[in-house]
Amino acid sequence: MFLTDEEKRMRDGAEGDAVAAAMDLLLRYGYALDAERLCDIRNVAGTMTQPTPVKAKIVAESGWDKAFAVINLDSDADLASIPQMRVPTCQLQHGFGPDSVDIVPYPKANVELQNDAESYYGRHGVNILATCTPYQVGNLPLRGEHCAWMESSAVIYANSVLGARTNCEGIASTGAASLTGKIPCWGNHLDRNRYGTHLISVEGLKVESFQDWGMLGYFAGGVSGEDHPVITGDFGQPDLTELKHFGAAAATSGGVELYHIPGITPEAATVEAAFGGAPVPEKVVYGPAERRAIYETLNEIGTSSDVDFILLGCPHASVDQIRQAATLLDGKRLASGTELWIMAPRALKVMADRSGYTEVIEKAGGKVLADSCPAMSRAAPAGTKVFATDSAKQAHYLPAILGIEAWFGTTEECVNAAISGRWNGGLD
Amino acid sequence: MGDHLVLRGRNVVPGRVEGEALVSHEPISGWGGIDPMRGVIIEPRHELFGVCFSGKVLVFPSAKGSSGWSGFFQTTRLTGTAPIGMIIGRVSAKSALGAVVTRVPAITDLDADPCSVIATGDWVLLDNATVEVTKQ
Repeated sequence: MFLTDEEKRMRDGAEGDAVAAAMDLLLRYGYALDAERLCDIRNVAGTMTQPTPVKAKIVAESGWDKAFAVINLDSDADLASIPQMRVPTCQLQHGFGPDSVDIVPYPKANVELQNDAESYYGRHGVNILATCTPYQVGNLPLRGEHCAWMESSAVIYANSVLGARTNCEGIASTGAASLTGKIPCWGNHLDRNRYGTHLISVEGLKVESFQDWGMLGYFAGGVSGEDHPVITGDFGQPDLTELKHFGAAAATSGGVELYHIPGITPEAATVEAAFGGAPVPEKVVYGPAERRAIYETLNEIGTSSDVDFILLGCPHASVDQIRQAATLLDGKRLASGTELWIMAPRALKVMADRSGYTEVIEKAGGKVLADSCPAMSRAAPAGTKVFATDSAKQAHYLPAILGIEAWFGTTEECVNAAISGRWNGGLD
Repeated sequence: MGDHLVLRGRNVVPGRVEGEALVSHEPISGWGGIDPMRGVIIEPRHELFGVCFSGKVLVFPSAKGSSGWSGFFQTTRLTGTAPIGMIIGRVSAKSALGAVVTRVPAITDLDADPCSVIATGDWVLLDNATVEVTKQ
């Protein structure tokens, strides 16, 4: 891989041994990708503070510098110290915080470890955004901006909706990027790799609800795997929440990091532009039968209609989504033995608090929780056997992670299930 | 001694290792797809649901799902449940970084689809840019 003089100096230790270790990881990673060179980045979204058993053990034995070296730089070296982040770096979603202690069955030791982590990484210049949706709380990269982001739902949003450029990075590559401002210039960073590969044509139905965008995303991921679907058909104008849901679902069922919706997303004004002038592939139709099949796949884990847990806000809810839940819950009361959690970025929870939405939700017996989610923290209300969600991503992952049954439906069906304790969802 | 074949490809992580192949025809998810403390695939709809990959050469078409992929496979190394090698049909940022931090020999871009020509239980020798397969 070609290295600039500056990069060679970093590799050789001119900027200290931690930067050299970071560059070593980037060289190994660049080789694995067959990348030609590195590119400069000034926007890293990674994960450093999330409690894990391995991290707890290393911190207890050798401290935070060592934990960063082993986990975030994949280095065995005993580094002198970890310097300040070289470029703006934020922490994505992580574990639950102190204000969740009496609500979420989650180890107190994890809360304490994460408190320690926040002060260590805050001192090193990591912005603790604590959300899977950094683009909702001030980290909004520009079109064409090269980034090093983790979190598949954020990566697909950044590439497709914002036109920024990032691969789906991992813990070690974002750690190395934070100390160097470099990432392999490969994949989504290059013009030639940003065109569509599959054409999905929505026919015989109009996609305009939050639920329908999620199901279409889940279908698109299944069709295109790690490639780039181009979606055409009859849509309403999607908003941030719908494309947030669509992308999270496409990244879950496949490995989609970039899609185009001609006329809506920024890099494809037309279908022809989406394919970069290459022949447009034969279309794959998404019609009523395909829609029903996706719905049934997402609901195949559910057998009991006695629902004890409702989860909203995956990816983390917008203020409008919190308001919608508040409106549906206003003056109602959750069934006894049923819990409802809405996951949100902390900054947006503050807005929901000030707007009075949180109070309405809490009066009904629901909770607005920040920083994390049941999947990240492997934590649901004690005794949960059956959960319902309006998120295709959580319906996919949570049964595997927690060994529980899942129902997938509309936000309204989920709130109704919280009030009645029964699942009555169905496809119209 | 079974049939023998040699595949050539591109090296991802240098090294030489031999062992039994575990072949997945479906992409593998890291976070939410494996339990790194046990080295087991936990995705309910996956063809290898409940199967342990520790000590095997993991053969799979691609990585899917969360960006936690590499971190989960790094954890398998740190807890001793890792596969001993990876043969990857098509490499992505997730699987490339995953192989790097698992620190096991890995290869991709082979001249035949590894998930078709290698079967679970075959004996494979990974040596940088080649794979020798002894069919069982």
